[in-house]
Amino acid sequence: MTRLTTVPRPAGDLRQPAAGPRAGTPVRPPRRRSRRSSQRSLWGWAFIGPAVAGLFVFYLWPLVQTAYFSFTKWGVFGGSTWAGIANYQKLLSDPAVLTSLRNTIVYTAIVLLGVPIAVVTASLINRPGLRLAKLYRVLFFMPYVAMPVAVALVWRLMFNGDFGIVNAALAVVGVEGPHWTSTPGLALVALGVVGLWASIGFNMIIISSGLASIPQELYEAAQLDGAGGIRIFFSVTVPLLAPTLFFVVVITTITAFQVFDLLFALLGAMNPAMPQTQSLIYLFYSEAFVSNDKGYAAAIALLILVVIGAVTAIQFRLQRRWANID
Amino acid sequence: MRGKYAVAILASALLVGLAGCSGSGSEPAADGDISGDLTYAIWDQNQQPAMEKMADDFMAEHPDVKVTVEVTPFTQYWTKLQTQGSAKTLPDVFWMNGPNAKIYAPSGLIEPITSLVDDGQIDPANYPESLDELYTIDGVQYGVPKDFDTIGVWYNTDLLQKAGVPEPTADWTWDDFKAAAQTVSDKLSGDGVYGVVAELTGQQSYYDSIFQAGGYVISDDMKTSGYDDPKTIEGLQLWTDLIASGASPSVQQLSDTTPNQWFTSGKAAFYQAGSWMASEIAESPIAADVKTVQMPAEEKSATVIHGVANVVAADSQNKAAAQAFQAYLGSKEAALTLAELGAAIPAFNGTQQTWVDSEPGFGLQMFLDATSYAVPDPESYNTTAWRDLEYELLPQAFSGERPVKEVADELAERMNALLAEEQ
Repeated sequence: MTRLTTVPRPAGDLRQPAAGPRAGTPVRPPRRRSRRSSQRSLWGWAFIGPAVAGLFVFYLWPLVQTAYFSFTKWGVFGGSTWAGIANYQKLLSDPAVLTSLRNTIVYTAIVLLGVPIAVVTASLINRPGLRLAKLYRVLFFMPYVAMPVAVALVWRLMFNGDFGIVNAALAVVGVEGPHWTSTPGLALVALGVVGLWASIGFNMIIISSGLASIPQELYEAAQLDGAGGIRIFFSVTVPLLAPTLFFVVVITTITAFQVFDLLFALLGAMNPAMPQTQSLIYLFYSEAFVSNDKGYAAAIALLILVVIGAVTAIQFRLQRRWANID
Repeated sequence: MRGKYAVAILASALLVGLAGCSGSGSEPAADGDISGDLTYAIWDQNQQPAMEKMADDFMAEHPDVKVTVEVTPFTQYWTKLQTQGSAKTLPDVFWMNGPNAKIYAPSGLIEPITSLVDDGQIDPANYPESLDELYTIDGVQYGVPKDFDTIGVWYNTDLLQKAGVPEPTADWTWDDFKAAAQTVSDKLSGDGVYGVVAELTGQQSYYDSIFQAGGYVISDDMKTSGYDDPKTIEGLQLWTDLIASGASPSVQQLSDTTPNQWFTSGKAAFYQAGSWMASEIAESPIAADVKTVQMPAEEKSATVIHGVANVVAADSQNKAAAQAFQAYLGSKEAALTLAELGAAIPAFNGTQQTWVDSEPGFGLQMFLDATSYAVPDPESYNTTAWRDLEYELLPQAFSGERPVKEVADELAERMNALLAEEQ
C-alpha cells in the first residue's frame, strides 16, 4: 500500500499539491566522448535501428514524396508533371477547403465534449464498492473495440428519418424528428454525437488509470477538512488528473481531425448533406480517388499535417500552464 | 515437419511423372495450355449468381483454370480499380463502363480484343453496333459487350388501384406522370406511401428527363456543358417539382432510405429505374403486383442507353486464360445464362427475348423497344470529375434550397472549367 510510504501533503493548499521546491536536480558530469560511450551509442542505434528504419520508410519518406507530389499534376494512373504552386493557388481559392476545415473543427469540438463526460463516468465507475464495475467498464469500452464502419451503419439505421428508432422514440413524445444524417448542418451534429459516443470508452479507461494513481490520502485529508463530494471532485480529482486529461485531449483532437471512415459510412458518398459535412480527410479522399487529382490531394494532405501540427503545438504550450504537475 | 514436406514433394513429383507417362493425347489440343487463377471483378451483387454460373461453366470446359468472382459495390468499384491500375495489379478480367473505358484504354491498362477478333473467337457483329462503338477508342475495340440497359418506369398495380389511379400507357406525358404520382401521394399519405421515387443520380432520372425535354448534358465534341441550356434546366425542374409537391419523398428521405427500398417495400407506386432492376424486384415481396411502362414524354421520348463490357487487364499474369474467359463471356451460351437468370439484357443479338421471358409478368419487352428512342450515356474523358460536381450541386436544386437555374448555371460553369482541363 502506498499509504505507508507517502507523506500526506498539507491539506490546505489543494490546488498546488506539488508546489514545494524540486528535490535536487542532479548535476550532470561534463560530457566526454570516450571509446566506451561511442560503442554504447552504437549499440543503442543497433537496437532502435529497425524502428527508425520503419519510421523512415513508412512515414518520413512518404511525407517527403507527398510534399513533392503537391507541386505536380497527375495523370489518372500515375505519371506526373511539374505544376509549380498551382495546387496551392487552388487550395487557397477553393471554398470546399474552408468548409471542410470548419466542419472538421466543429466535429472535433463536439467530440472533445466527451472528455468531461468521460471524467464523470470514470470517477463514478471508480467509486469504491460499486457493484458490477467491471461490467460497466466493458459496456463503455465496447464501442471503441467495434469497427467504426459497423458502428456507423447501425447508427445510420437508428438515425433514419422515416423508419429509424431515434425518430420513433421522439414520435412517442409528440416530436417529429428530422432527417439526422442527410440534412446539411444537422448531419455534422449527428456525426459528432456518434464520434463522441465512440470515443468515451477509450478516454474513460485512460482517465480511470489516472484516477487510480491519485493518492487515497488526499481524499481522506480533504474529507477531514470537511469538503463534500463535488468539492473534492473539483479540488482534488481534476487538478491531479490534469496530465492524464492533457494526454486524452491531445489524442482525441488528433483522431477527431482525421475522421473519415465514420463519416463515409454514416452518410454515404451520395448523401446530399455531404458537401456541408465533409471533413478535410474526406475532401482529400474525394480529390485523390474520385476526381483523380492526386497532386491537389497531396497539397490538401500537407494542409492537414500543418493544421494538426499547429493545434498540437498550441496544446503543448497550454499544457505548461495547466498541466504542470509531477 | 521438414520430413513431411519432403515426402509430399516426392509424392507429387511421382504423380507428375505418372501423369506424364499416361499419354498426352487426352486433352483437347486447341486450348490445352491455358491454366492458372483468374479474378473476375464485377460491381452488381444481383448479377453475382449469373456471373458465378458462367465461371463454373467455363471452368468445366477448362479444368486447369480457376475463376474467382469478386464483387465490389459500384461506388467503391472504380476507386479500387484506380488504385489497382496505378499499381498494375488490376483483376485479370473485369467489368468496364463507357465513361471509364475512355480513361483506361488510352492509359494502356486494358487489352484490345483485336487478336481475338482476328482468330475468330469473337465477332463484333454479334452485338449491337452502338455497344461496339462505346468500347472502340481511336479505331481499336477494347471490350466485349456484355449487356445493355435502358430506363423505364416500374409501377405497383396494387397501390395504383388503392389510390384509384389508372395504369399508365406508353403515350403518357410529364403532366400525366405528375398528376398520377400526386394523386397517389395525396390518397395514400396515411400509409406513408409516395407517388414516385427515383435515384437522383443522372442515368435513372434527370439525364432521361433532360433528353425528353430536348436538352443535353454535354456537347457532341465533349467540350461544353449543356447545363445552362433552358431545356436542360426544364429536365432538372421536373424532379424539383415532383419533390416540392410531395409526389416524391424529399432528397433527405431518398438518401436515408434508397429508392429501391421505398419501392420494393411497397411504399412508392412509380419507380423510374434501369432494366437491371428486374432480378431484384422479382425477388421482392411486391413482385406479383409489378409492371413496367416506358417513361413519360415531354418534347419527345428518350432514355439513356448504356452497356457494360468485359475487358482484360493488359498486365494480366494469365492473359491467355483471361482472354479465353473473355471470349466465353461474349459467347451466345453465356448470354443465355445471363438472360435466363434475369440478370441483365444480354448484348448478344438474338438472345434478348430469353431475358424478356425470364419474368413474363413485368412486360420487359418495353426495355428492348426503348432502344428505338435511346440516347447514349453522356460522357467525356474524365467523366467522374464532373459527375462528382453533379452529386455535389444538384441536390441543392432538387431540394428547393436554391433556384434550379442558379444551380444549373454554376454547374455549367464549373463543368466547363473541368472540360477545358481535359483538352
